Amino acid sequence: MQYLLLIYSNEAEMAGRSPSAIASMTEEYTVFTKGIIQAGQFKAGDRLKPTSAATTVRVRGGQVAITDGPFAETREQLGGYYLVEAKNLDEATAIAARIPGARVGSIEVRPIWPPVA
Amino acid sequence: MTARVAERIVEEVFRRESGRVLATLIRLLGDFDLAEEARQEAFTAAVEQWPAAGVPANPCAWLITTGRNKAVDRIRRDAVFRSKVQGREVASAEADAAAPLDEPDDSAFGDDRLRLIFTCCHPALGSESQIALTLREVCGLSTQAVARAFLVSEETMAQRLVRAKKKIRDAGIPYETPEPPLFNQRIQGVLAVVYGVFTEGYAATTGTRLVDEELCGEAIRLGKLLDELLPGNSAVLGLLALMLLHDARRPARESHEGDVILLEDQDRTLWDRTKITEGLALVDEALSIPGQLSPYAVQAAIAALHVRARKKEETDWPQIVGLYEVLLRLQPSPVIELNHAVAVSMVDGAARALDLVDSLRARGQVSEYHLLHAARGRFLQQLGRLREAGEAYRAALGFATLEPERRLLAARIATIEALTAEA
Repeated sequence: MQYLLLIYSNEAEMAGRSPSAIASMTEEYTVFTKGIIQAGQFKAGDRLKPTSAATTVRVRGGQVAITDGPFAETREQLGGYYLVEAKNLDEATAIAARIPGARVGSIEVRPIWPPVA
Repeated sequence: MTARVAERIVEEVFRRESGRVLATLIRLLGDFDLAEEARQEAFTAAVEQWPAAGVPANPCAWLITTGRNKAVDRIRRDAVFRSKVQGREVASAEADAAAPLDEPDDSAFGDDRLRLIFTCCHPALGSESQIALTLREVCGLSTQAVARAFLVSEETMAQRLVRAKKKIRDAGIPYETPEPPLFNQRIQGVLAVVYGVFTEGYAATTGTRLVDEELCGEAIRLGKLLDELLPGNSAVLGLLALMLLHDARRPARESHEGDVILLEDQDRTLWDRTKITEGLALVDEALSIPGQLSPYAVQAAIAALHVRARKKEETDWPQIVGLYEVLLRLQPSPVIELNHAVAVSMVDGAARALDLVDSLRARGQVSEYHLLHAARGRFLQQLGRLREAGEAYRAALGFATLEPERRLLAARIATIEALTAEA
């Protein structure tokens, strides 16, 4: 089964960290990502630019509305993701628990619909 | 063999084995509803076929094989089922279900029942769903009975169960017993569900009846099943002991009118001596197992000290205070702090206990807990501060939801008013 692991954290708090703390976490992410690639679990993953760079698009009644910012103001913001292949939910949550961001934020684990045959 | 005799035998087998049959079918078929239908069809087939063919040597195995085969037929035939289980999941479901069966033995059943319990108590399901699912699938209670236990409509409970099973399917919650690293954490979740069932029965949070015997009985049955499947586990033994010792006092806890009778006022001759003996033996066993001390075992030890006292005056309060202090170090909680304060009042007096409760209240976590205000009321009354005691009892009444407890508090208030009128 495939799962999307959505990495949420408070952007303001993350931005306020020291350069050495940031470098340390970046290194942890590198190690983590290598690990799940080797284990054959990694399908995709990226770090997203902050919500200050986000734009929201809605189409209503044929009109395209473009607004500045994320779809909603939330206490934690989406900062990155991993798409992984896992046997079941327990394997997916075990991967999620090892994401460095899990210690400071929240990882949402979403199963993906299998492709229709 | 006549049809009548066969039916009786099948009923007997159902009573003994239906839980095991269901657990194995769930593992084989990977779906609760399919497994339940399969079990139903298997037992029907037994009633039809056993009169002529005789009762099989291993009835359980026969039922599982028959149920499984009928389910496989159904998967192949049922277009609606196919559309629910999309794409490649259908193919793998068919393959899994059609795989050759091993002859099931007792340890396999044990494994399957344990798997089922861990699945129903998976943390990805909300705690309400865990309890509902466990009562329905492990204990075999009807949806109606589970709904009644939680004072919701049958419709609401049915939907809760449907959503829980859907979460299991959609999110890929596995039918597995967790491996050692995760096992200890997950077993705590299971025990919390069992204890949740028991406390719901022992002191329902809403409604008019104080105790629901059926739920307490189910919780104890679950505890015994866990002990059977996981022998020598201190937390399991501790929880089972705790439930038995509490349940032993049940006959003395409620008056004919449905009023609360507190421990100190209970007629101890009404306590169930068999459950007490069983519980005391389990406490000893739980405490003798080396390794981590379970909070359940400590709570059971406290309950044991209460039941060992034939008269309330014989209660070993200093030991109880000591055990509460151990418990607070293991599992700090406002409720336990409150119980500790009550025990302290029996050893060091009401003034000291009042200090403890006031300090708890000042930290602000349980200001709406009726028992906190009731305890304050009791200590204030013991200290002769009647006006304040009355205020505290009134505050308690404001937060109490259970009718028998409300009546008790109202009686306390009436007593205070009578006393202050005399003064």
